[in-house]
Amino acid sequence: MLGLTKKDFTLFMVVLAMVALAPFILNPFPQGSSLAQMFNAGYPDLMQRFVIFGILVIGFNILFGLTGYLSFGHAAFLGVGSYSAVWMFKLLGMNVIPGILLSMVVAGIFALAIGYVSLRRSGIYFSILTLAFAQMSYNLAYSVLGNPTSNFNLTNGETGLQLLLTDPRVLGQSTTADGSLPVTNFFGIAMRDSYELRLGDWLFTFNAGYYLCGIIMLISFYISIRIFRSPFGMMLRAVKSNQQRMNYTGLNTKPYTLAAFVISGIYAGLAGGLLSSMDPLAGAERMHWTASGEIVIMAILGGVGTLIGPILGAGFNEYFKNILSKINDGVLHQWLGFLPDGVEDFLVTIIHPFVGKGWHLTLGLLFMVVIIFLPGGLVEGGKRLGRMIFGNPKRSTAEAEADAAEQRNTAAE
Amino acid sequence: MGILEVKNVGKRFGGLQALGDVNLSIAENSVHAIIGPNGAGKSTLLNCLVGKLIPDTGSVLFDGQSVLGRKPYEINQMGISRVFQTPEIFGDLTVMENMMIPCFAKRDGSFGLNAMTNMLNDRDIVNRAEHMLEEMNMVDKRHMHSASLSRGDKRRLEIGMCLSQEPRLLLLDEPTAGMARADTNNTIDLLKQIKDERDITIAIIEHDMHVVFSLAERITVLAQGTPLVEDTPDNIKGHPKVREAYLGETQAA
Repeated sequence: MLGLTKKDFTLFMVVLAMVALAPFILNPFPQGSSLAQMFNAGYPDLMQRFVIFGILVIGFNILFGLTGYLSFGHAAFLGVGSYSAVWMFKLLGMNVIPGILLSMVVAGIFALAIGYVSLRRSGIYFSILTLAFAQMSYNLAYSVLGNPTSNFNLTNGETGLQLLLTDPRVLGQSTTADGSLPVTNFFGIAMRDSYELRLGDWLFTFNAGYYLCGIIMLISFYISIRIFRSPFGMMLRAVKSNQQRMNYTGLNTKPYTLAAFVISGIYAGLAGGLLSSMDPLAGAERMHWTASGEIVIMAILGGVGTLIGPILGAGFNEYFKNILSKINDGVLHQWLGFLPDGVEDFLVTIIHPFVGKGWHLTLGLLFMVVIIFLPGGLVEGGKRLGRMIFGNPKRSTAEAEADAAEQRNTAAE
Repeated sequence: MGILEVKNVGKRFGGLQALGDVNLSIAENSVHAIIGPNGAGKSTLLNCLVGKLIPDTGSVLFDGQSVLGRKPYEINQMGISRVFQTPEIFGDLTVMENMMIPCFAKRDGSFGLNAMTNMLNDRDIVNRAEHMLEEMNMVDKRHMHSASLSRGDKRRLEIGMCLSQEPRLLLLDEPTAGMARADTNNTIDLLKQIKDERDITIAIIEHDMHVVFSLAERITVLAQGTPLVEDTPDNIKGHPKVREAYLGETQAA
C-alpha cells in the first residue's frame, strides 16, 4: 500500500491515527481538574511543538541514524528556516506556504554549504565542524546581522525578528482594518483558529495550525520511510557500516553523505518555517548550541536509526519539559500535603531543584537512564516491554535483528 | 601487452624505499601470484594499483589507461575489484543487502539518488544478487547479519560481492590469511571455479605456498621492493635466488 510493506504501512497508519486523535489522547483529564492542569497536553501550541519537533528529528535521523554522522549544528538550519519564513510574512503576505517553501530552500542551500565543508572529516571532527558553523550562525544572527540601527538588519539581534505594522506585505495587507497585525493563515484559514468540542467535563481543542503541521509531519514521515527502504537509504547504512568497502565497490561516499546532510537540513528548515508559521517570531536562541544538543538528545531518546524513534523522542522530550516546568513549590505542597509538615517541607526542598526551572536536571537524568539501560532508546524499551508481555523474553537481540532485517528485505506490495 | 602494466614504479616512505623499480605485466585471463617475504613491498604495490597510494615514480596502466591519480572508487569502476586480507564487508547489513550494493554500483555508477524506490522492487538487482548468492552457495544465509558469518563465509561473501561487479581484474590480498585448513581449501576451490567459469584476470598476493602453487600460472617474486624473478610455478619452485630470498637458504638446493 502506498509503496510500503505491510508492516511499514501499519506503522504509518498508527502514526496517522495518533496525529489525528492527538487532541483526545493528550487530554485525558476533565477540564479544570488539578490533574488536567498538570498532565493535559492538548493545547494547540504544545501539540504544534510535538509534530514540528517530530519533523526536525525525523530529518536528523536520516543523517545520524543512517550514515552515523553526528551533526551538532542542526539548530542552525532550524533558525535559518525560521528567519526565512518570517521574512516572507514581512515582505509577501501572511499565507504560510511561501514562508514554508522558502525556509526549506534556504536551509537546503545553507546545508549544502556547511555540509560540503564539514563532510571532509568524519567522526568527532565532523561534529565539531558542524558545531562551529552553528555557533557562527548563532553569533551572526545575534549581533552582526541583527543590528537594528544598520540598514542591513536581517535578524533584528536579541529582540528577534518580528512582524511590524509598517511591513510591506505586497500580496496581503500591512495592517488589518482595526489597525492590528494580520495573522498567519493557510489560504484564509488562520493558524490560530481552533474548534472546541465540549463533551461533559472534557474540552478538546482542534487547532488549524496543529493539523497543518500534522499533515506536513505525516508527509515527512512517509518520505522518511521511503528513504529508509530505498537503495539510497541502503547506501547510507553502508556508509555507516564500512566506508572502505564502499570506496572499493566503486561508490563515491561523498555525494551520499552530502545528500543525506542536505535532506536533513531541509527537514530542519521546514521545522523552523513551521515554528514561525505558528508564531511569527524568530530569535537567535533557536540556533544556539543547546538547541542543537536537544535535537541529538531527542533522537537518542527515541531510538537512533528507527523509523518511529524520532517522533517518540520529540514527543517525550517536549511533554516532560512541559510537565516538569509546570511543577512549582505550590504544587508540590499540594501533592504532599497529607504528610506531616516537617517531612513535607523536607521533601519539597529535595524535589525543588528537579522541577520548575530545574526541569533540565530531571530530563538530563532521564536521558542518562535511557542511555545506560536502553541504548536503543524508547523503541528498544517498547520492544522489550512487548517481549515481556507477549512472551519469549529470552529471545536474543540477534534474532530480533534478523527479524528486522527480514522485514527490511521484504518487497513492498 | 598485459591487462595490467606496471612500469618503473617506485614508492618511498621517509627513509624507507618500499618499492624500488617495479616492472610487472599481468596477462589477460591469467592467474598471477605475487609472493615475497615480509616487508618485500607486496601490499605497497597492491595499494598503488587500487589508488590507495600514489607511487612517486613510474606508471600503472590498466587496459591501456593510467590509474594514477584516480580515486579507489573510480579505479573500481574501471574494472578492478579488490578482496582484502581481513574481509571487508558491510557488517551491519544482511548478506542479501551486501550483495545488492555492488550490483547497484555496477549498474548505476558511483552515485545514484534513487531515494523513493523500494530497493526490493528492483527485480533486476534482486535477481542479480540472488543469482550471485546461489553461486556462492549462501542463499540460506541471505537474511543473516553479515557480521555474524564465519570467517570463511565472510570471505565467500566478499569474493561474491567483487564478482557481482563483473570485474576484469580481481586483486586478492592474502585471501586465506588466518583461515583454518578446510576454509583455505574451500577458498582455493572457489577461486579455481571462478577462473574456469569466467573471463577474468586474477592477481593474488599470498604467503601460503600451498595456495600459490595450486592456483597461479605465473609467479612474481618480490624482495626488498624489487621483482627478483618472474616465471611459471614449476621453475619458481626450484629457483635458487628465490629460495635464498624467500626461505633464507644460502646455498642452492
